[in-house]
Amino acid sequence: MAEYLLIIVSAIFVNNIVLAQFLGVCPFMGVSNKLSTATGMSGAVCFVITLATVVTYLINKYFLVPLGLTFLQTIAFILVIAALVQIVEIVLKKISPSLYQALGIFLPLITTNCAVLGVAINVVTKEFTFGDAAHMLNLGEATVYALATSLGYGLAMVLFAGMREQMAQSDVPESFKGLPIAFITVGIMAMAFLGFSGIV
Amino acid sequence: MAAVSNLKNMVLSLTLVCLVCSAVLGGVFAVTSAPIKAAEVAKTNASIARVLPAFDSEPVRESISVDGTDYAYYRVPGAGYAVISTVSGFGGPLSLMVGIQEDGMICNTVVLSHSETPGLGAKCQTDASFIDQFKGWDPASKRLAVTKDGGDVDAITASTITSRAYSAAIANAYSVYLIIAGNE
Amino acid sequence: MSKLGLITKGLLKENPTFVLVLGMCPTLATTTSAMNGLEMGLATMFVLILSNIVISLISPVVPDKVHIPVYIVVIATFVTVLQLLMQAFVPQVYETLGLFIPLIVVNCIVLGRAEAFASKNSVGDSALDGIGIGIGFTLTLMVIGIVREILGSGSVFGWKFIAGDGILAFVMAPGAFLVLGYLMVLFNKLAKR
Repeated sequence: MAEYLLIIVSAIFVNNIVLAQFLGVCPFMGVSNKLSTATGMSGAVCFVITLATVVTYLINKYFLVPLGLTFLQTIAFILVIAALVQIVEIVLKKISPSLYQALGIFLPLITTNCAVLGVAINVVTKEFTFGDAAHMLNLGEATVYALATSLGYGLAMVLFAGMREQMAQSDVPESFKGLPIAFITVGIMAMAFLGFSGIV
Repeated sequence: MAAVSNLKNMVLSLTLVCLVCSAVLGGVFAVTSAPIKAAEVAKTNASIARVLPAFDSEPVRESISVDGTDYAYYRVPGAGYAVISTVSGFGGPLSLMVGIQEDGMICNTVVLSHSETPGLGAKCQTDASFIDQFKGWDPASKRLAVTKDGGDVDAITASTITSRAYSAAIANAYSVYLIIAGNE
Repeated sequence: MSKLGLITKGLLKENPTFVLVLGMCPTLATTTSAMNGLEMGLATMFVLILSNIVISLISPVVPDKVHIPVYIVVIATFVTVLQLLMQAFVPQVYETLGLFIPLIVVNCIVLGRAEAFASKNSVGDSALDGIGIGIGFTLTLMVIGIVREILGSGSVFGWKFIAGDGILAFVMAPGAFLVLGYLMVLFNKLAKR
């Protein structure tokens, strides 16, 4: 149990996917203008990252590794993610139109969100140490890790969107307007998150 | 411009592209697999050469399970053992190769991978005064723990957690060595 | 557009980082030193040129509805080729850049050029476009890398001119965002003149 707690704290705060690992920065910058779109995107990302990680984990373990095809990892994973996003879109449209309304427009963008592919590849190639000796994650840990990482994505996104909404009201020098000031703000935010390092 | 889509040509083109790409990748993989293996072996051998005294025999890779954790190690006849030990550092996994001579003394250590803070914990790779203190260390008489914890290891300035992890990794490797040596 | 224009547009007019703002993840993550930035840029350029050439060749016969999946497969193939070649011949570089080599697949620059340029232009022009955008990306990454290396480690391309450490924050995560932000300001300021 303690191990899962460590995974969660580490993935959300210490190794925050945007602020420490630089994954998914493009959509992070793209949709964090408004709190409402940021929340929508976070929800969609959460859903897809967790689902994609579980599916790619199983494909890797029961298909690519036994057949000695691990060099096809990149190509197999991206196809699985693309297909998965399509399926999620179709299913969501059928069973929950209201959820589809909220997340729908973000779904097609997620295929090229490197956070999804990044987490999927990390989980099957990296060793992790959570309190004990280094080991590859098992399915349960991988799922928790993926979920926590995407929650970290959501946290960073929602916090940043809140700041950007405030920033839109303030008087920013001409050359700083738009993305430059946004990047500088994220830099300061990343500095704050550095304070979490070492607690796990 | 792009052709009009119908089911037949969509399936056909996707299948074709996948087939061609798999063939290309299979070919490249066949050509590169030998150099990739060679590069990995060269890297391991370079690390082993750094952590153990000069040897002329071929290292043999083996592994052992201690308390549910698998440790990989290399047995080098005439020189000793190179044990790989990974612990949790400040920023993530810290992986060391520890060379232990046949008389139980530590010959040298080398960092295989780490994610410590640049300029602070990452000095465990470059700070000679820190790394060199482990050369010829006798774990039977000197404690592998930082001085703050009552041991004999001088920590890197401002990087106690990394130093602690480094010492723990060596201590783990040493206890693995004791089991290997005891089995023989 | 002239042939020369195709190559030089990536530097300023269609600079992938400062104007198009694409491919931010490798831009931020791999620019801890000038050399790392240069290597990442070259790796991306390799995939960009080859995928542009192949996509401009096959795009007339690819049915419209499946063109994105087909492009992704082509790009992923070249990325895997690059991964295998790097593991075999420059394993140390591969280790430093790590995860960000496979992630070239989802670099918006590559798919973006395939969609916006290669699918509508001749093979020759697409190759030049790949070279141009690739050079722009590589140089930008190198510049960010140089700035971060000077501030963070007190060196340029590994050549140390200050003894001791630099301002460590610049080789860590916050520095990446800050340097990119301020370079963007500078770029905007100069571009407006």
